[in-house]
Amino acid sequence: MYLGLDEPVRECQYNQICTRNSLPMETLGHKKKKIPRRKWQVFPGRNRFYCNGRVMMARQTGVFYLTLVLIMVTSGLFFAFDCPFLASNLTPAIPVIGGVLFFFVLGMLFRASFSDPGVLPRATPDEAADLERQIGAANGPSGPGYRPPPRTREVVINGQTVKLKYCFTCKIFRPPRASHCSLCDNCVERFDHHCPWVGNCVGKRNYRFFYLFILSLSFLTVFIFAFVITHVILRSNRTGFLSALKDSPASVLEVLVCFFSVWSIVGLSGFHTYLISSNQTTNEDIKGSWSNKRAKDNYNPYSYGNILTNCCAALCGPLPPSLIDRRGFIQSDTPQPVSHSNGSSMYASTQLHTHMAAATPLLHSNSVMIGGGGPPFPGKSSLVVPCASLAPSQPSLPSMPGLSCAGDMLTLRDPDTHCHHHHFASPEETPSPSGPMPLTLPCAAHMTHGGHIHPAQLYDPASQDSLHEDSVRGLVKLSSV
Amino acid sequence: EISAPWTFHNLQELRHSASLANKVFLQRDYSDGTTCRFQTKFPSELESRIERPLFEDTVKRLNIYYAEAEKMGGQSYLEGCLACATAYLIFLCMETRYEKVLKKIGRYIQEQNEKIYAPRGLLITDPIERGMRVIEISIYEDRGSSGSCSGSSSTSGSSAR
Repeated sequence: MYLGLDEPVRECQYNQICTRNSLPMETLGHKKKKIPRRKWQVFPGRNRFYCNGRVMMARQTGVFYLTLVLIMVTSGLFFAFDCPFLASNLTPAIPVIGGVLFFFVLGMLFRASFSDPGVLPRATPDEAADLERQIGAANGPSGPGYRPPPRTREVVINGQTVKLKYCFTCKIFRPPRASHCSLCDNCVERFDHHCPWVGNCVGKRNYRFFYLFILSLSFLTVFIFAFVITHVILRSNRTGFLSALKDSPASVLEVLVCFFSVWSIVGLSGFHTYLISSNQTTNEDIKGSWSNKRAKDNYNPYSYGNILTNCCAALCGPLPPSLIDRRGFIQSDTPQPVSHSNGSSMYASTQLHTHMAAATPLLHSNSVMIGGGGPPFPGKSSLVVPCASLAPSQPSLPSMPGLSCAGDMLTLRDPDTHCHHHHFASPEETPSPSGPMPLTLPCAAHMTHGGHIHPAQLYDPASQDSLHEDSVRGLVKLSSV
Repeated sequence: EISAPWTFHNLQELRHSASLANKVFLQRDYSDGTTCRFQTKFPSELESRIERPLFEDTVKRLNIYYAEAEKMGGQSYLEGCLACATAYLIFLCMETRYEKVLKKIGRYIQEQNEKIYAPRGLLITDPIERGMRVIEISIYEDRGSSGSCSGSSSTSGSSAR
């Protein structure tokens, strides 16, 4: 469901891409006769790209379309049925303000949904090998059956000790506040949560758009709710309540939608306002990383101390450019990150390892890299199991220890179960700890065929055999424990 | 003290007559939070290739540039508010300050490579190409000389000629 393989290469009009270093070494791509491919086509994460790489979303976008439909239908009904009456009887400013709000909401929604949340590109094979060497040296020699301890590094930030975890998929030590989203299979900087309503992760680069979206949507919802009620009241003053409802039946639908949305959206806006003012992410708040209950002298090292600075930093701070350069062309001599990532957890059982090594390529989008990888390794996604979701939304929630979910233990992820990140699927639902929410759909087994790449077209056997050897050697070492 | 048996006069020469021997990675320094800084620890592999002050100077300069890009002050707030007021459409025609500084960094690295690193058989890769995770420094050996470096475990394609 992607567009792009056969599209002619278009001018990049939307200049969101970071700069390219134009050393003469790295511009050899033009020697190749075939059409140069863009990096989004071989992106290892589980994302979808549209408009030739300009738009980037998560794999499951159904709920996003629902959001869009709800907003457009409700607003459309408002403008069509209520506004004429209100404009003529009250003031024409009402549809104007409504219109401005509506377009702002849509603009922020698209910006939050379509932009890169702050994905960290995976390590190149050289980097990964270098890190392995460093970690190996630190741990000492390992005999058979020895299980190396989880890989962490400690760093002191502003007086607080923060643990940096090693991501087995991306082969990097995650920066502080970064987290790996198991739905999108990417490490995201300043990871907040994965939002299915928006169809994307919310991270460093799109958090402000997300916040402005829910804030403006709160205003829009309240606005529509208030004026539809006004409309019905004014009408029933003239013609009686029931005939007023008969004259404008759309109002009933709008009131219903707005009534139920107001609680969740306004609540969510309030929650995120609290998060912004204390400079925390949803992730940190849920885990209680900086709460006093965890340790007496626990405090948030990232907070600037006062609310105003925290708010300005989150909303008006500099916007870093995307690190993944999705519309750039692949230079065949540039090292691409190794893509067998999904199978490389050190806790993989040997059976699974042989399964992975032997299986014919199941087409997963994170399988093959041009000029940079070995044969495609089927992803682990066939083992993801729906998890119960947790959807707390009050800021005063106590720290939730062990948000691991049983289902995710089957996955080959690293044992620090970061699956709880994607339970943030529905923070805006009213909290009900009883059982899975309908929004666990995003958690459901990703067994669908994901690849939009055919290995036959991409695999370049001539080039990176030794790289393959490296990666296989790494896999064997990891799985032999 | 450098005892290189070769000299490279420019990057072209480096590319044509040298082969990649090793790569050194300078990791990020997170002691200041999530802002972009790189560790200035001098890697042992470079001891025989470049003088320490030159190297540290380069890394410190890069850190200064990154701090400038991420600085939160009047200008960045103004840019942020203006962008929000125009629903972020303004970025269709304007470059963000961060992007401008990144371009400056790219030019600086190129200049450093040409003047200082290539003549010593080294090459710095712009961190933006490595997702801002590391500063990658490639060490080249003259093809003619017998490799005195340890066997390379990195077989990046950039050695292809």
